[in-house]
Amino acid sequence: MTRHTLSVLVENKSGVLARVSALFSRRGFNIESLAVGPTENPDLSRMTIVVDAESQPLEQITKQLNKLIEIIKIVELDGGAAVQRELLLVKVRAPLAERTQVLQTAELFRARVIDVNTDTVTLEATGTPDKLQALLAVLAPLGIKEMAQSGTVALGRGPRAMSGAGTLRPVERTA
Amino acid sequence: MTTTPTEAPGAETATREAAEALTGVETTARSVAESAAQPATGITGAQSLVRSLEAVGVDVVFGIPGGAILPLYDPLFDSKVRHVLVRHEQGAGHAATGYAQATGRVGVCMATSGPGATNLVTPLADAYMDSVPVVAITGQVPSAAIGTDAFQEADIRGITMPITKHNFLVTHAAEIPQRIAEAFHLASTGRPGPVLVDVPKDVLQAITDFSWPPRLDLPGYKPTTRPHGKQVREAATLIARATRPVLYVGGGVLKAQATEELAELAELTGAPVVTTLMARGAFPDSSPQHLGMPGMHGTVAAVTALQKSDVIVALGARFDDRVTGELSSFAPEALVVHADIDPAEIGKNRKADVPIVGDAKETIAQLVEALRSEHAAGRTPDLAAWWASLDDWRQRYPLGYDWPEDGALSPQYVIERLGAIAGPDAIYTSGVGQHQMWAAQFIRYEKPGTWLNSGGLGTMGYAVPAAMGAKYGCPETTVWAIDGDGCFQMTNQELATCAIEGIPIKVAVINNGNLGMVRQWQTLFYEGRYSNTKLHAQHPDGSPKPVRIPDFVALAEALGCVGLRCETKDDVDAVIEKAMAINDSPVVIDFTVGADAQVWPMVAAGASNDAILAARDLRPVFGEGQV
Repeated sequence: MTRHTLSVLVENKSGVLARVSALFSRRGFNIESLAVGPTENPDLSRMTIVVDAESQPLEQITKQLNKLIEIIKIVELDGGAAVQRELLLVKVRAPLAERTQVLQTAELFRARVIDVNTDTVTLEATGTPDKLQALLAVLAPLGIKEMAQSGTVALGRGPRAMSGAGTLRPVERTA
Repeated sequence: MTTTPTEAPGAETATREAAEALTGVETTARSVAESAAQPATGITGAQSLVRSLEAVGVDVVFGIPGGAILPLYDPLFDSKVRHVLVRHEQGAGHAATGYAQATGRVGVCMATSGPGATNLVTPLADAYMDSVPVVAITGQVPSAAIGTDAFQEADIRGITMPITKHNFLVTHAAEIPQRIAEAFHLASTGRPGPVLVDVPKDVLQAITDFSWPPRLDLPGYKPTTRPHGKQVREAATLIARATRPVLYVGGGVLKAQATEELAELAELTGAPVVTTLMARGAFPDSSPQHLGMPGMHGTVAAVTALQKSDVIVALGARFDDRVTGELSSFAPEALVVHADIDPAEIGKNRKADVPIVGDAKETIAQLVEALRSEHAAGRTPDLAAWWASLDDWRQRYPLGYDWPEDGALSPQYVIERLGAIAGPDAIYTSGVGQHQMWAAQFIRYEKPGTWLNSGGLGTMGYAVPAAMGAKYGCPETTVWAIDGDGCFQMTNQELATCAIEGIPIKVAVINNGNLGMVRQWQTLFYEGRYSNTKLHAQHPDGSPKPVRIPDFVALAEALGCVGLRCETKDDVDAVIEKAMAINDSPVVIDFTVGADAQVWPMVAAGASNDAILAARDLRPVFGEGQV
């Protein structure tokens, strides 16, 4: 299996998320992460979907996605040609004796402290999935009380955009 | 409530043009109400919806009213759109499908919220699998009650997401004309399919304005109808070099009304043609180039031609498992040209060597042109050796059947005689099972739109309501529903609708007292252990004569039809002719047939097409080095 990141422009209407997630499940695909949010155009939303799939089944899933009426465009954003980020909030056990170590780790990973109390520190970090994995690996021995992590969001590198002139090449619109 | 008709010369013409643009078919003058497209202010959402249906060219709706959709039925009472009151919403859905398949126009069904809507689920799934243009309109509980588990509330939009091409929940009355126009556009263009429009009761009651035609807002919907020229030329090159080509014709050819183009392509290539269950009638059975139906119960010649071909030209077909058998051993030496309007079908099951996305009509027409150039350049393949093999197979393994040993009536004979007497102009619908396969095998189809059945979903109970819809759409045509006794007991209530509404269909119940196809599998694969397939009760005195529960003749009469019975070979023609002569009432013939007749040839489920059996324990022998 290989990871693929699909950036999907959809109409900003109710029910679109249900259609997309239901399509993945009934065709037997696992969504590794999914992030939905607004775009520069208020009529459109962007879904960034990370899937584990071989390329032949991936082609089938993008074709099936393209058949959904409310999907405008699908682009696969692969590693080098795209920037990808996730957001992590993590609540770490940080009694006074160990607090310095937590803060030093945060600094190394350019994470910010967004909440502090006597027992814990909550950190905010952004980065590639790999970087966040590394941060979590370092924090784990200190005691992670709770965490929340967003799905990946991604954009293609360079001046081109998915909507508008000079668009990125859509995935498999015609066989 | 006031309406303000405005004087707009030519408005009606414009409306009809708009309607034609939307449905892709010519609408009749009858179907477009004169004032349908006149703008109006201060009308209810329900009135706006009825006007939209009139404007889009609907002439009939099959449905049942109920609480949530009640506001819509009031203006419908005065409309030129005729409403056929069915007995079960499943009947409404299949009737809309039958109407659409017989006429090529969009079929419309209507139901109330909750159970009314969920009863449409089976026919919508059926229409989705067979790509039939259907629009379903459902009432919904008032907007404020949605999500509260209100009386007769069901999330029909959520429920039907995976079985419709698209669906809408209308949230404001002002959207109604646009949503209806979009629904008809989506249903009838690209790869056709069912579209559901769910309308809450308060939206039907709200006061709104109406104008037509509305602007369609479907930015993500751009079906590719025009094939890529380069792909078409590549396909032509491949076909011109093929020595063992087969034209594998699917239902898409009928949907695209491309049968004339297909005839031209067949003539030009001289290649054998096979028509799938969904495509029977797309190519005349009388043509010597036609090898019949491929697949699980296809002819030995059609199945084997695909298996041994070097180039398969798939036109509006989708390499369904019932056609390919075990996929890994299907047509191992063939290069595949796959033309379909749905890009997702190409490469889904079988890799396409030359993919072509486009409408079948345009694709085949362009293929003909490209092939002419190939032939003009002197590239005309010699198919004589191929035809020698094909002719040998079909001569040695023709379709046939044995008479039951116990002297019972042969179901195949009944169906064969029915086809011969009713002829190629009649429309035939069927349920699902043995009778369906025999009807696909033993009736000679010559024309498009004369064979309607449930191919993809395999919906038992399809025949009677689909025949009702087809007969409504084609009142001058004889319509026969060929049904099994199992199927018939699922939807025969619509015969009451037919009797009351004046829709004189004819039904041939192939009554073997069993769920015949399941019984056949039990015979072949479960050592004859007939678990729960016997529909008739045993006679109390042990006599082999079954107790007739129900008595289909009495049932037919109770439903307002003429009921006839036939139990012997000698009576078959006479009883069919008697039914043919009755045109003022629906007719049901109960053909009591043997229980042990089987459908042959057969490729067992999951087996390779190489393992086709022409009859039980009869493995065809293909001469070595023939192909």
